[in-house]
Amino acid sequence: MAAAGTRLDADLGAALSKRRFKRAGESVVKLTLVAAASVSLFTTVAIVAVLVWESIPFFQEVPVRDFLLKTDWQPLFEPITFGVWELIAGTMNIVLWSLVMALPIGLAAAIYLSEYADPRVRRILKPLLEALASVPTVVYAYFALTFVTLNVLRPIFGDSISIFNALGASTVMAVMLIPTIASISEDAMASVPRELREGAYGLGATRLEVAFKVVLPAALSGVIASVLLAIARAVGETMIVAVAAGSTPNLTLSPLESIQTMTGYMLQVGLGDAARGSVQYRSLFAVGLSLFVITMIFNIAAQLVIKRFREEYD
Amino acid sequence: MAVSLPDENFTLQATGRVARRQAISRASKWVLLGASMIGVVVLFALIVDTIVVGWSRISWSFFTSYPSRFADQAGLRSSFIGSVWILSLTIVFVVPIAIATAIWVEEFAPKTRLLEFVKLNLANLAGVPSIIYGVLGLAVFVRLFGWGSSILAGSFTLFLMILPMTVIASQEAIRQVPPSLRQGSLALGATEWQTVWYHVLPGALPGIITGVILALARAAGETAALIMIGAFTFIAFDNTSIWDSFTTMPIQVYNWTVRPQEAFRQNAAAGILVLMVVVLTFNTAAAALRERFRN
Amino acid sequence: MSEAPTTTPPTEAALAHQGTATPRPAMSRKSVGASQRTAPDRFTPPEPAALEVRDLSVYYGKKMALSGVSMQIPVKKITALIGPSGCGKSTLLRSLNRMNDLIPGARITGAVDYHGHNLYGSNVDPVEVRRRIGMVFQKPNPFPKSIFENVAFGARVNGYKGDYNELVERSLRQAALWDEVKDDLKKSGLALSGGQQQRLCIARALAVSPEIILMDEPCSALDPIATLKIEELMRQLAKDYTIVIVTHNMQQAARVSDYTGFFLAGEAAYGQLIEYGPTEEIFTTPMDPRTEDYITGRFG
Repeated sequence: MAAAGTRLDADLGAALSKRRFKRAGESVVKLTLVAAASVSLFTTVAIVAVLVWESIPFFQEVPVRDFLLKTDWQPLFEPITFGVWELIAGTMNIVLWSLVMALPIGLAAAIYLSEYADPRVRRILKPLLEALASVPTVVYAYFALTFVTLNVLRPIFGDSISIFNALGASTVMAVMLIPTIASISEDAMASVPRELREGAYGLGATRLEVAFKVVLPAALSGVIASVLLAIARAVGETMIVAVAAGSTPNLTLSPLESIQTMTGYMLQVGLGDAARGSVQYRSLFAVGLSLFVITMIFNIAAQLVIKRFREEYD
Repeated sequence: MAVSLPDENFTLQATGRVARRQAISRASKWVLLGASMIGVVVLFALIVDTIVVGWSRISWSFFTSYPSRFADQAGLRSSFIGSVWILSLTIVFVVPIAIATAIWVEEFAPKTRLLEFVKLNLANLAGVPSIIYGVLGLAVFVRLFGWGSSILAGSFTLFLMILPMTVIASQEAIRQVPPSLRQGSLALGATEWQTVWYHVLPGALPGIITGVILALARAAGETAALIMIGAFTFIAFDNTSIWDSFTTMPIQVYNWTVRPQEAFRQNAAAGILVLMVVVLTFNTAAAALRERFRN
Repeated sequence: MSEAPTTTPPTEAALAHQGTATPRPAMSRKSVGASQRTAPDRFTPPEPAALEVRDLSVYYGKKMALSGVSMQIPVKKITALIGPSGCGKSTLLRSLNRMNDLIPGARITGAVDYHGHNLYGSNVDPVEVRRRIGMVFQKPNPFPKSIFENVAFGARVNGYKGDYNELVERSLRQAALWDEVKDDLKKSGLALSGGQQQRLCIARALAVSPEIILMDEPCSALDPIATLKIEELMRQLAKDYTIVIVTHNMQQAARVSDYTGFFLAGEAAYGQLIEYGPTEEIFTTPMDPRTEDYITGRFG
């Protein structure tokens, strides 16, 4: 390529035609790239199409009104009802309790890493926390059912807690969410300008006061984004809740009871509990559509908050 | 013309309120460290518990046996082979498509609304629950394309699932390549594509590989999406073709976990040990690679 | 004196050069009596010392940033620290209220005496120090809170029990900002102009009633009019507070300060105090040729 100039001198015509050839090759390459990039667009289109298309027959049998307004989810026994709120309540139950645990812990970790830790501690602690995000969810599921419920919760709550319960699942879910909250919040805190911290220290603030009264408020939108993403993850997580939280749709926020989430129900159908073509089977797509819409709302909200935060500090 | 005299009542020691505030601030360090350690302690407990329960099941026959009704005869053979097939095919699909997408987004795409939409779409897809990808795979690959619950359907499903995170990691790697390199190459008369191929890609490669490995670690542990496409099955043969039905290690672990018998729990724990070794190997490799090419 | 501005690279130095000759005896400055200086860097101001720096050296990691500085900062006067960048003047300023503690790897030898107590003594609490010795920074750094909360911040963390409205008004008046913002105290501090932001930061520092205010190039991010306002304000504040200001603008040092210390990093790359004395003397009859070179714009 470096020789292009001399080639031009030597034989202008040949070189120019070569250039044209190169241009043509270039367009082929670009088209290939565009085709590859369109895969992810098609994926979104396909997800929406599948969920909507397959939900239509379901909603022909079960009115949308009943789906959205009834509060009983009883797909297998008479009277058969599909009131999605019971599943949403199960999801909310898990999200609520896992966040109650994960938010303070994740935030504490973020503040510690960003404001307190000396570099050596940080180099060890940060990868360890990130390792929590890489543990397969089926492993967490096993741990929630066996260790947390049987060895920890049962001895504490006795028979007042079911073997399958929201608390065991939420506890382990919280552990899974810690790195999401910690690392995104810490990124936000790291981008708070150093001058703000110095301003506060210069007024005689202690480290704790700087962390909580200056850095945390300044990084608030990043923290909010981390929580929104954590909610989206908790809503979409399947294995932990399917294994440990039970399969009893239950309109409750009590952590001690057995419940079923949207994802838990979907997995139950996927395991083959319902005959293909039956209304139970089709309900999979209606629930999937609800799940997709809910997670998308939280994801988009998180993206928007992150974008605003970046604009604030860049 | 004097140095100020020492004042007996004056002190710079923390007293009263400041002493209290400083004491709280110092204590907060340990409270926050303690809170940060909770997750790590749980991870440690998880590993210890799994080793205690599952270690006795780890043996050669555990790797060479098919699943069985009898816990002590059951093993990981078919699910291990299934996992290898699925991951190998997934990697073949995801690497070219992810890199090409990232190159287009970062280097070639006109900076329009469409590009903004493509980026937002990628970020969103990365947050779509895996079970939704399972539903997609079920409807499209298993049924519409008629591939059945095959290895091909499974790896296509996982490919779509890990594509967004691989693209995002590759984009970041490409962005790390200094612009001066591109300008230098373009100034020498190289075309845009030559610049990307000879300069940008080699520079971004370590970051891209790191991203691919991390995505594979996720695929290796994925359970829900593959259960949805019908991989929760009893497989007592070695997979030899992409059209075979299959199962994977995490699904086998799930299977053993939900059985009521204590003996199967031991199998689940042993399976988890193997799974964790695989996943942690992936993650360590990625971390080592990132560390090595940091500068 | 240099007559060839073309050979003096930075325009700032060249600008400063035009106004170096004599500091205007402007505003409320009281002229300082002629001093008896024996060596360029040996000077004892006639006023009592608010701070006495004794053989202070600062290291960042293994690198020495400032070497063996001794100087007395007189009470209720403005002392300017000048010198080219990297000469250690900011480093010295930041070690006068232990802000250097916040930089990992920073280490200090020597002493800074304040009311007869070494700031680096074993029982000294940096929070107590910073409460009494406030700081205003190069870039205005109001908190992303309301104007009111910015001023009240220091008092709040210190558990001030008095009337906050009164405190905020008093501090803002002292900082000559009250009339401009009294109607929108709830507005974000970030909504103010650069000069207003810097005066807000000064008000914020005044609200914790310090004895000494350290200013680290407080006007470097401001336009000339805003700079002038801050300079006027400093002269006002010098009636009640001891002020130490770091500046790279020699005109500014000449305009506002009573005493000036000149710093320079030698070939060993660590900063040293070269010359210290009354501002008039430093700018008219410097003892050290390097000081003269600098103030006449021959380098820097």
